[in-house]
Amino acid sequence: MEKTDKIIYLDNAATTRTLPEAVEAMLPWFSVQYGNASSIYRLGAESKKEITDVREMIAGSLKAKTQEIYFTAGGSEADNWALIAAAEAYGDKGRHIITSAIEHHAILHTCEYLKKRGFEVTFVDVDEQGILKIEDLKKAIRPDTILITVMFANNEIGTLQPIEEIGSIAREKGILFHTDAVQAYGHVPIDVEALHIDMLSASGHKLGGPKGIGFLYIRQGVKIRSFIHGGAQERGRRAGTENVPAVAGLGAAVKRAFTDMEERTAKVCALRDYLAERIEKEIPYCRLNGHRTKRLPGNVNYSFQFIEGESLLIMLDMHGICASSGSACTSGSLDPSHVLLAIGLPHEIAHGSLRLTLSEENTREEIDYVVEKLKEIVDRLRQMSPLYEDFIKKQKVKG
Amino acid sequence: MYSEKVMDHFSNPRNMGEIEDASGVGTVGNAKCGDIMRIYLDIDENHVIRDCKFKTFGCGAAVATSSMATELVKGKTIEQALEVTNQAVMEALDGLPAVKVHCSLLAEEAIHAALWDYAQKNGIEIKGLKKPKSDIHEDEPEEEY
Repeated sequence: MEKTDKIIYLDNAATTRTLPEAVEAMLPWFSVQYGNASSIYRLGAESKKEITDVREMIAGSLKAKTQEIYFTAGGSEADNWALIAAAEAYGDKGRHIITSAIEHHAILHTCEYLKKRGFEVTFVDVDEQGILKIEDLKKAIRPDTILITVMFANNEIGTLQPIEEIGSIAREKGILFHTDAVQAYGHVPIDVEALHIDMLSASGHKLGGPKGIGFLYIRQGVKIRSFIHGGAQERGRRAGTENVPAVAGLGAAVKRAFTDMEERTAKVCALRDYLAERIEKEIPYCRLNGHRTKRLPGNVNYSFQFIEGESLLIMLDMHGICASSGSACTSGSLDPSHVLLAIGLPHEIAHGSLRLTLSEENTREEIDYVVEKLKEIVDRLRQMSPLYEDFIKKQKVKG
Repeated sequence: MYSEKVMDHFSNPRNMGEIEDASGVGTVGNAKCGDIMRIYLDIDENHVIRDCKFKTFGCGAAVATSSMATELVKGKTIEQALEVTNQAVMEALDGLPAVKVHCSLLAEEAIHAALWDYAQKNGIEIKGLKKPKSDIHEDEPEEEY
């Protein structure tokens, strides 16, 4: 197969290209306005002002208060902080945490960590489309439940959760509600007041900002411990000299994200639906993973029967197409993605999954090219597959 | 992550396909773990492997190891083919990432399974050949995180 230099990037849920305006916004804070935001002189004050401005803008984007936004080094840190600090702060009240079966590992592994430290965790199931079973959530609530953490949108299958409903249930029962909004923030509107969210994690590089920056929203009044000790930064809760360039870059990305969200989302959704439609029409034996409409604008996830995901990814890469899969070989273990298993896929179907995540930078021409290549590759891998051979022979016997 | 040889055998697999009325066919692995290999052997009256083909459901390493294994046993006698180990397959591919070593085991096992099938069909015994495991993962413990 020929190699190509052209890149078609369809892995925006993994990371996004840093926006040119974000890069530009970052530059002055490296070697021109490099002052420490805690310093008294003007050079420091400029850094401080930039941080405050971005904090204010982020707060505004969520209908939160400025002092409720805490910068972190990313989404995983925000998730770790929210869960561990909440468990510590409310551990006297209860030792029970509820989450979903399809969370990101930043939540799942932190839950495992807390289990080893005496907390009990209930993992509530999702339905076939990946939507949390609300009745199961209600049943899981106990007098000693201190925290419910459910992601806003799933990173693999893109399913949007009924956050308002979960928030209302938590609020009514007096239980803290955290949501991992790493995939959703900047892509779908979020109002922390209306949705009854107490804590929310987000990451910069999923919306065109730089890597290594994110934030945790903590509603005023929530008792939550400091995560990093050693300074007064972030109201003393997350010490360490602020990463001013990254904050500035995040600011530029957030500004862009909320300026044109409606228009951008409409464009990405149209492209997503076009891609999905072509896949379904032109490639036999495939299955959409996730909810058809309650899903992230850019997320397309299909399982192709009889083939394995890693082979598919390598072949796509040979044509310059960047994508991801939930197969075991890409997860580094023998099991395919826990998300695909949780929505009820048999192992062999889960191994053949492909996630394509679009951005507004993708074009219809790119999508057409991807579909053409995908058809060829799926066909080629099926010709190679003993599972397909058996299937075809059985079909023939059936006549 | 893969060597150039692995990538070559993955992108241009040798001997991919099936042999009708093969002398021996062996299928190993399982779909649950994400890899299945099937080897077809065409063996002549002097016990020489005249032709060998494969079909594989699996990752890049699984395809490459199947392709290399067919290359290594083609033209060999069944006794010589038995000596083609997973080590030999890996070496011929300039190595495999640690997490993919099981793919080479699968390739060895698939050859053995095809030879076993041939022996069964012809009522002969191949010295040193044991009944193959249907699933190379059956002895492995479940992974935990």
